[in-house]
Amino acid sequence: MSNRKTSSEIALGIRRRVFEHSMRNNGGYLSQACSAAEQLAWLYNEALHIGDPTLPMIPKPFEGVPSADNPDYHTGAGYNGPFTPVHDRLFIAPAHYALVAYATLIEVGRMAPEGLDMFNKDGSSVEMIGAEHSPGMEVHNGTLGIGLSTGAGLAWGRKKRGETGKVCVFMSDGEVQEGQTWEAIQGAAHHGIDNLWAIMDVNDQQCDGAMSSVMEVRDIATKMRAFGAIVVEIDGHDIEAMRQAKQEAHEGQPLIILARTSPYQGMDFLKKRFPRLHYVRFKSEDERRDMNIAIAAELGIEPVQLDQH
Amino acid sequence: MVEMVTRPYAAAFEKHALANPDVLCLSADLTSSCEIDGFRDRHPEQFLSLGMAEQNMLSFAGGLGLAGYRPFIHTFGVFLYRRPYDQLMASVAYPRRKVRLMGFLPGVTTPGGMTHQAIEDISIMRSIPNMTILETGDASEVESICEAADSIDGPVYCRVLRGQVPRLFDSPIKVGEMRLLSDGDDVLVVTAGITTEEAMRASDALKQAGVSIRHLHLHTIKPFDAKALLDHIGSVKKGVITLENHVIAGGIGSLVAETMADAGVGKKLIRLGLKDTYAHGGSRPYLMRHYGLDALALVQGVDQLLGMPTGVSEQDLDAVRVEAVHSTAKAEGL
Repeated sequence: MSNRKTSSEIALGIRRRVFEHSMRNNGGYLSQACSAAEQLAWLYNEALHIGDPTLPMIPKPFEGVPSADNPDYHTGAGYNGPFTPVHDRLFIAPAHYALVAYATLIEVGRMAPEGLDMFNKDGSSVEMIGAEHSPGMEVHNGTLGIGLSTGAGLAWGRKKRGETGKVCVFMSDGEVQEGQTWEAIQGAAHHGIDNLWAIMDVNDQQCDGAMSSVMEVRDIATKMRAFGAIVVEIDGHDIEAMRQAKQEAHEGQPLIILARTSPYQGMDFLKKRFPRLHYVRFKSEDERRDMNIAIAAELGIEPVQLDQH
Repeated sequence: MVEMVTRPYAAAFEKHALANPDVLCLSADLTSSCEIDGFRDRHPEQFLSLGMAEQNMLSFAGGLGLAGYRPFIHTFGVFLYRRPYDQLMASVAYPRRKVRLMGFLPGVTTPGGMTHQAIEDISIMRSIPNMTILETGDASEVESICEAADSIDGPVYCRVLRGQVPRLFDSPIKVGEMRLLSDGDDVLVVTAGITTEEAMRASDALKQAGVSIRHLHLHTIKPFDAKALLDHIGSVKKGVITLENHVIAGGIGSLVAETMADAGVGKKLIRLGLKDTYAHGGSRPYLMRHYGLDALALVQGVDQLLGMPTGVSEQDLDAVRVEAVHSTAKAEGL
């Protein structure tokens, strides 16, 4: 174990990769890396029981959508290991976290760094909004709110089959505005689906800005408990807190870990843009340059060599 | 008189599910309305109540499909695609999950009015990639719908009849085929579901009036055998009439029109069905008369196509079955 990276080191690597990528590509889902780096690092590095990847380190190009005429179609689930009864499954419910998820796959040695170069390129499977065939994605989640329901169905089926592998859903807090999330919690609790658990990145952000300004969702922990989940609230940048939260007994009920996070954790410079953090685009070359220097310093790396425009 | 079969779906589903342990019975609070209450009581281990929460149910079924199960979702047709359309697309249709969408009360077979009447479901489902569409028109087709649907490698939407269902055919659904019910050479009539019985009555009356009807019944709407249809169109002299329990946009009228246009067939086509309108609540015979979906409407369509009256009267069609809505069967379907 001594030569393995710690989850904290992986989280730092995720932020660095997402930062460098966003600098080079004139924008990106930076704040999602800030808020979710520890969660995804911890999931892949410690929490999930998953096997070695079954798909090539360098992702294959887009090979078509599922259809009867495309028998070789496969999802990106193989980057999360083989679909065997003993292994866990992971759904990334907010598919726009894909860039952060891909960076995680690289940091944990499940995808080659070249994979990120294919991000959002025409003809690539490494899509901007994670598709079912994108690395690490197992189902389509681009429409927010459907991930937990799908996870619940899979978990119910696996439990009925006596499979020991669990189903984990990585969620985002904006999803609680969708009614389906509440239907999913209520349904999972009604059916005692306790091989299902979720960790939710509660960064209080959504596309239009701060969630409280878009649609106040009030006390989601209390609401989730009322709907039948076991809920643990933690500091989402505290990996030891995640380990403890995962130990919470939840027999007969799904477990949801609410990871309260900052959308500029590790990149304080982003505070200046608050609350417009959903997708960071540079307003000017000056801003890009200033951000490049400041955030690189925060992350302990050299500024990215920027192309001339 | 035509034989009436009571609740053919109930026994057919139970038989199929017991022979196939990976089949699951899902319900959304319409369990007895979809004739699966007996199954629920006898086989609770294979039954899942998902409540009035169709969005979750569709995605949940997608997850069950991923786990290798073949869920049969039972509810009214409208509830399978209107509210949970996004979930149907993302969690079921796109990944080709083997989810069997059993849609009860198609078209005007419910007096529940707009909110309960699936009048545009075929149109919606035809436009969804990976989707198969089957429709039942009699008791034999209801009895064979589970096996037919479960033979599909991907999602299937089925229009299922319930309650008292006439037996018109003596053979099960063979997916991909169509039934030739009469082989005349003047007018081709294409029907599906409950309009088939109407057309059978009309074609007998028309025959006596000297009009030779070629009648095709469709139970498989997607995928569709265009070549077989074109052969039948080529066999008639005057033209084609479609009669459907659905809006004429996107249903079998459109299917036939597209097939003819694609092949450059220059024959007349009259599409009968709901004409860009919602229906309202009422008995099935009333609604079929009011909206022009019955045998009389078909006769009038033939008159129009031929450009002259056939002389077939309402009295000639008096064999048309009329069901009292206040019968011992579940009246309003709620």
